[in-house]
Amino acid sequence: MTATASTSSNLIHGATGDWEIVIGMEIHAQVTSKSKLFSGAATAFGAEPNSQVSLVDAAMPGMLPVINEACVAQAVRTGLGLKAQINERSVFDRKNYFYPDLPQGYQISQYKHPIVGAGEVVVDLTPSESFTVGIERLHLEQDAGKSIHDQSPTMSFVDLNRSGVALMEIVSKPDMRSADEAKAYVTKLRTILRYLGTCDGDMEKGSLRADVNVSVRRPGEPLGTRCEIKNVNSIRFIGQAVDTEARRQIGILEDGGQIDQETRLFDPGKGETRSMRSKEEAHDYRYFPDPDLLPLELKPDFITDIAASLPELPDAKKARFIADYGLSPYDASVLVAERDLADYYEAAVKVHPGNRDAKLVANWITGDIAAYANTQGLSVHETHIRPEQVADLVDLISDKTISGKIAKDIVLLLIGDEKTSLPREIVEKHGLKQVTDTGAIEAAVDAIMAANPEKVAQARAKPTMLGWFVGQVMKSTGGKANPQAVNDLLKAKLGV
Amino acid sequence: MTDLTGQTLAAARDGLRTKAFSAAELTEAHLSAIAGARGLNAFITETPDRARAMAKASDERLARGEAGALEGIPLGIKDLYCTEGVRTTAGSHILGNFVPPYESTITKQLWRDGAVMLGKLNLDEFAMGSSNETSHFGPVTSPWRKRGGNASLVPGGSSGGSAAAVAARLCLGATATDTGGSIRQPAAFTGTVGIKPTYGRCSRFGVVAFASSLDQAGPIARTVRDAAILMRSMAGYDPNDSTSANLPVPDYEASVGRSVAGKVIGIPKEYRLDGMPAEIEALWQQGIAWLKEAGAEIRDISLPHTKYALPAYYIVAPAEASSNLARYDGVRYGLRVPGKDIADLYGKTRAEGFGKEVRRRVMIGTYVLSAGYYDAFYVKAQKIRTLIKRDFETVYAEGVDAILTPATPSAAFAIGEKGSGNPVEMYLNDIFTVTVNMAGLPGIAVPAGTSTEGLPLGLQLIGRPFDEDTLFSLGEVMEQAAPKVALPERWWS
Repeated sequence: MTATASTSSNLIHGATGDWEIVIGMEIHAQVTSKSKLFSGAATAFGAEPNSQVSLVDAAMPGMLPVINEACVAQAVRTGLGLKAQINERSVFDRKNYFYPDLPQGYQISQYKHPIVGAGEVVVDLTPSESFTVGIERLHLEQDAGKSIHDQSPTMSFVDLNRSGVALMEIVSKPDMRSADEAKAYVTKLRTILRYLGTCDGDMEKGSLRADVNVSVRRPGEPLGTRCEIKNVNSIRFIGQAVDTEARRQIGILEDGGQIDQETRLFDPGKGETRSMRSKEEAHDYRYFPDPDLLPLELKPDFITDIAASLPELPDAKKARFIADYGLSPYDASVLVAERDLADYYEAAVKVHPGNRDAKLVANWITGDIAAYANTQGLSVHETHIRPEQVADLVDLISDKTISGKIAKDIVLLLIGDEKTSLPREIVEKHGLKQVTDTGAIEAAVDAIMAANPEKVAQARAKPTMLGWFVGQVMKSTGGKANPQAVNDLLKAKLGV
Repeated sequence: MTDLTGQTLAAARDGLRTKAFSAAELTEAHLSAIAGARGLNAFITETPDRARAMAKASDERLARGEAGALEGIPLGIKDLYCTEGVRTTAGSHILGNFVPPYESTITKQLWRDGAVMLGKLNLDEFAMGSSNETSHFGPVTSPWRKRGGNASLVPGGSSGGSAAAVAARLCLGATATDTGGSIRQPAAFTGTVGIKPTYGRCSRFGVVAFASSLDQAGPIARTVRDAAILMRSMAGYDPNDSTSANLPVPDYEASVGRSVAGKVIGIPKEYRLDGMPAEIEALWQQGIAWLKEAGAEIRDISLPHTKYALPAYYIVAPAEASSNLARYDGVRYGLRVPGKDIADLYGKTRAEGFGKEVRRRVMIGTYVLSAGYYDAFYVKAQKIRTLIKRDFETVYAEGVDAILTPATPSAAFAIGEKGSGNPVEMYLNDIFTVTVNMAGLPGIAVPAGTSTEGLPLGLQLIGRPFDEDTLFSLGEVMEQAAPKVALPERWWS
């Protein structure tokens, strides 16, 4: 597997020739923290409107912001996870504009001196193909409140619960070349953030939002004029927005027009982007250093302590799963996509360590168990099936106590009446132990051959008939006969 | 009983402890002085009920021998300090009916130490002004008049209510704030003592912000000792203010009366302005002589970037103010003037809620931060600020302990006399004081004499960072040496 810069294999064939899409993204990721960036108010989702608002969040006269060190640690942790430069000195600036959900009349953000500098994300396109997206910077800033327009015919309401919640704005370089690449980048970034525990990545709750910058150009030419599509809130919509916007721009350019730099909104219902404000209408934010806050100085120890506590990240875990457990890149990718799933897998591999077949463990987890979890709308680790049950199942298969077919029946029992039992207890209780006793199998084979002389003759002439006899023997033994032993005996007795 | 309002804070403190009078009596005397002085317009809000209740509680604590450092001492509070349950206006229409549900850190510390609140003192709107004429609640009249005249004079600003109330014996001391001279200039105009502490010495939490990197709270009092007593209660680290300094608070009163022999006093040549009145120059020379007599060493120094301080200040302060005042938008609290949409509501609320000088500074601040002007104005002003700071660091590194300058370029002027045509005429009042805010240093204004017309004049001492102690020592030397000037006669009652 090699990580390369994206190649131009994604060209769009327009009426006048090929076009290349260029995409960069600003991701707003809500920091996982108990309290807000500059106040002690809680951040829990779904609380009563205006129930989590401190005097600072409401911008009462004389109130002052005080930095929440936990949020700073989360930003550093994320920066380290993105293999990025951590800036020991960063500065909070005020971004000034008027809006009812912005109580201070300015957002505290980081403009010229962000806490995190350049980094990178290796993005998996397929299990064996990846490309690298450069990270330009990551900075901390306050979220705004929420305007509510449907409560009164004449007035708007404002909920300040989100006001002041910490966000990380993660700015990528314009390194993506297709909707698929854009989606894969966000997917990977989300996975990394969830591994780090710095953002829950819940796009439905708005914990992760993307501003998508899209431009098009003829291959090899300089960058075209970009449009920024604001606040796209699902990975699927990001893909749709990129395609829709690229087609719009190509249409204009092919008709001899030119692209106006502007901010646009994506309407998933209509499948179109529409202008929000032009460059001329862009705000002058009058950034300047916030005089209420001293520059943020990080001690080297603070950074090294966080670095030491960093979890294994998905790329490293995937490589290790391939190397240590002999997994295919595909299985490894599926397992590491969620940290909980990877942990579940490793727990199943490691319970009562022995020579467990780690590949088989992966097959059962990504196969029957994942399928069951899907029907329940759960992740594998959220189901009642425990890793030791999976381990036990795999061990029973490996030591030939049961066949794969019986194993599937056992999974059904684990889902159904035997939720808490170990598979070996189920085998015992339901008498599912595979018959490897040749005498017993031989008796069954003899009985079936004796009862079906004409089939015996046919099989001797046409060895593919063997399968019919295997099926009959398995049936008569209730599926418990060792299929290999049955096969071997039949071959010998039929002389095929 | 003698007039309880005419004594110093220190004397009142001692009188309360020896039970010469009660806190209730002391407060009552001040409440009636306030009632008799409404013509001065020093108070925006009087809080007699609260004052009486606090005095009663003080008497109980005094009786139990549990007196705090300011037990029973009646104070006035500049109406920029948020006081829980008591209207806090910042001198502005936009906060005309605002009642905070919280208390500023400094006033909390004052009540902790037993002080009694008499009410909220008038000020220039959002502390923007040098004469207390920009207040939405009307100008404050100084208790001082020119010899033989009866024209109403300004008490200076923005802490005009604080200075006037202290000089008129309406309170024993007052809180004030200083962004470019708002403590020291009114103190000089009213013959009182005012100290702007080092930036970070006193918490800004709960004090309505004007220019955050320059604002600093401090006291105005009738003597250096009284100011030192108040400072000890006001100062201190506050985790709610990220710019406050985590340093222990010294016993400032112990510095009062300490010898200044051997202290090196710098005399900056750049403060000798063209066209400066001869009486200001003479006062300055007199101050030099007093300190020399007390054993201090006088040294000529240069602070070469002084002349850029005022223009740079009038970029930095409005820039921060334009952002700090954005929160007064009519949405959550304060004045709201309805409009046809949100932009209209903002426009109408702010046009009606802010006075002319505030609107002017918001406009200037917005302009200097705008794209295309930011580098030419704001960034350049910040560079100048660094150079000004370096000027001071250089002389302090060369052994200077404090710097002596005039506090103001003139004595108090008449209400309506200055600034109506050209605002810069008013801004020039702060020519000697703004450098201190730009550098974040402590500065004290001490009465040093009177003008030919009999009005108070003050001198300013500028100290090293967090060395307010030396300023109290030097200030008291000058106070002792200066001719005693009687407090103004009570012509107003």
